[in-house]
Amino acid sequence: MTVEAAEQSAPIADHGDGPTLFDRIPQPVSILGFGAAIVLLWYLVTASGIVSPLILPTPLQTLNQLITVGANLFTGGYVLSAMWITTQEVLWGFAIAVVVGILLGILVSETRFGERAVMPYLVALDTMPKIAFAPLFVAWFGFSIESKIALAVYVSLFPVIVGTAAGVRSADENSLMLFRTMGVSRLKTLIHLKIPAGLPQIFTGLKIASLSVMAGAITAEFLGGGKGVGELIRIAATQLDTARVFALIIYLSLLGVALFGFVTVLERYVVFWRNSDPGRE
Amino acid sequence: MALATSEQVDAPSASTVYRLENVGKVYQRNALVALKGVSIDLPEGSFSSVIGSSGCGKSTLLKIMAGLLPATSGTVELRGTPVTKPRPDIGMMFQQATLLPWRTTIDNILLPISMREGKAAAKAAREKAEALMDLVGIKGFEAAYASQLSGGMAQRAAICRMLITEPAVLLLDEPFSALDEIVRDFMNMELQRICMERNATAFLVTHSIAEAVLLSDTVYVMAPRPGRVIEEVKIELPRPRTLDMTTDPMFGDYVRHIRRLLDEGSRT
Repeated sequence: MTVEAAEQSAPIADHGDGPTLFDRIPQPVSILGFGAAIVLLWYLVTASGIVSPLILPTPLQTLNQLITVGANLFTGGYVLSAMWITTQEVLWGFAIAVVVGILLGILVSETRFGERAVMPYLVALDTMPKIAFAPLFVAWFGFSIESKIALAVYVSLFPVIVGTAAGVRSADENSLMLFRTMGVSRLKTLIHLKIPAGLPQIFTGLKIASLSVMAGAITAEFLGGGKGVGELIRIAATQLDTARVFALIIYLSLLGVALFGFVTVLERYVVFWRNSDPGRE
Repeated sequence: MALATSEQVDAPSASTVYRLENVGKVYQRNALVALKGVSIDLPEGSFSSVIGSSGCGKSTLLKIMAGLLPATSGTVELRGTPVTKPRPDIGMMFQQATLLPWRTTIDNILLPISMREGKAAAKAAREKAEALMDLVGIKGFEAAYASQLSGGMAQRAAICRMLITEPAVLLLDEPFSALDEIVRDFMNMELQRICMERNATAFLVTHSIAEAVLLSDTVYVMAPRPGRVIEEVKIELPRPRTLDMTTDPMFGDYVRHIRRLLDEGSRT
């Protein structure tokens, strides 16, 4: 009786949504088409003279610079050595942020001392305007890559700490109970349960850090000189060569995409159980 | 009432594996008497259950028996030695299978050994794990991950993980209550078969009167405020028990009797 009533009152699950136009077009076509539309708009805005080429270069000017800068980059010119310097800053910055961030994340989530005494200072450091520290880092570490690495670490550290702390705490009550009944020590529980269980959140922190680490490095190059891509961008900007700025940014973003892509692929490999087919029998 | 109760003596040949005598537990924080004067005897190869409404101290009792919580008074002894901390000769199983998703099924089963004795010991116990998987009927799923197992299969793996250290007593905390009823009935029969084959001493915490009667030699009925055992009901249905027995009039008598005890207990 109740079953019948439930069946009768059950709403019909039909929202009337047929496949839209973009469901039918293959995604690569959608992406390229949308990109082409934007470039077309860009072309119209600059070619018609609405916006001065000193402010926004035309697509063609940008393409020219892309080729010029690219030729220098891929033939081992000074752009390549600048790119290499920035790459070193980004990779060192990221590596240090990952190691220090994971250790601090474990400290603040696993110990009362970390949670109650260290965490407030970390939060305070995080709320400070990090970029303002760049002149200090230059004073402390000099004009070479160390000061850039320092700012890159500072800017990208907190997502790793927060991700690790949240991840390590995320192990469910049942698994913790299981480990207690097996008489497993705290350290072993951390290694064999809490850290693996927290890997999804740790990787979320790493991905956010991988995106912000380059912003830190480039900002430090703007403010602290050196021989990286940031310096090339700064020089091109002072010469009002916006097309060159665009070209340099595009090559720089390849570095960012590569780092983010690396972390994403690593995640898929390390946290394999999250992606496996959840189909049950 | 023609039902057998604690006055009748059980088979005298079986020796006691787990003994609780006059166990009490008072939580200092709020002076709550969680358990009072609980005495339980688990003879070797017997299956006992504890049943009671929530708040009657079942989980406190189980935690004390698992060595996770100290009793305030009384004796807690497994094979003659006091239980003061988790021990490898205590096997436990929970409502959730809690298989670690990054370990294969066989590595999950070997987890207690690899945690206690290290990787080499776990490797050496692989054959034993395979034999257990065969026993519970999940042979061939050694390399499968938890996400590839059904709920019932995951609990079978949890049974293997519990048995791998060859515990003297099995503490079962509503092990199949998260499964649907058809699977649960089947798993209960499997549990009986496994316990009988291995002559295991088992102690089950359950909310289901029928489950308790079907599986147990003795059902301890508990009542709250303070948590205590109000009656020890001996179930004298022949072994192996079958699901058909649930329609047996004697089975119905036991269920009615226990339900009445629970009703009275919760009213006081």
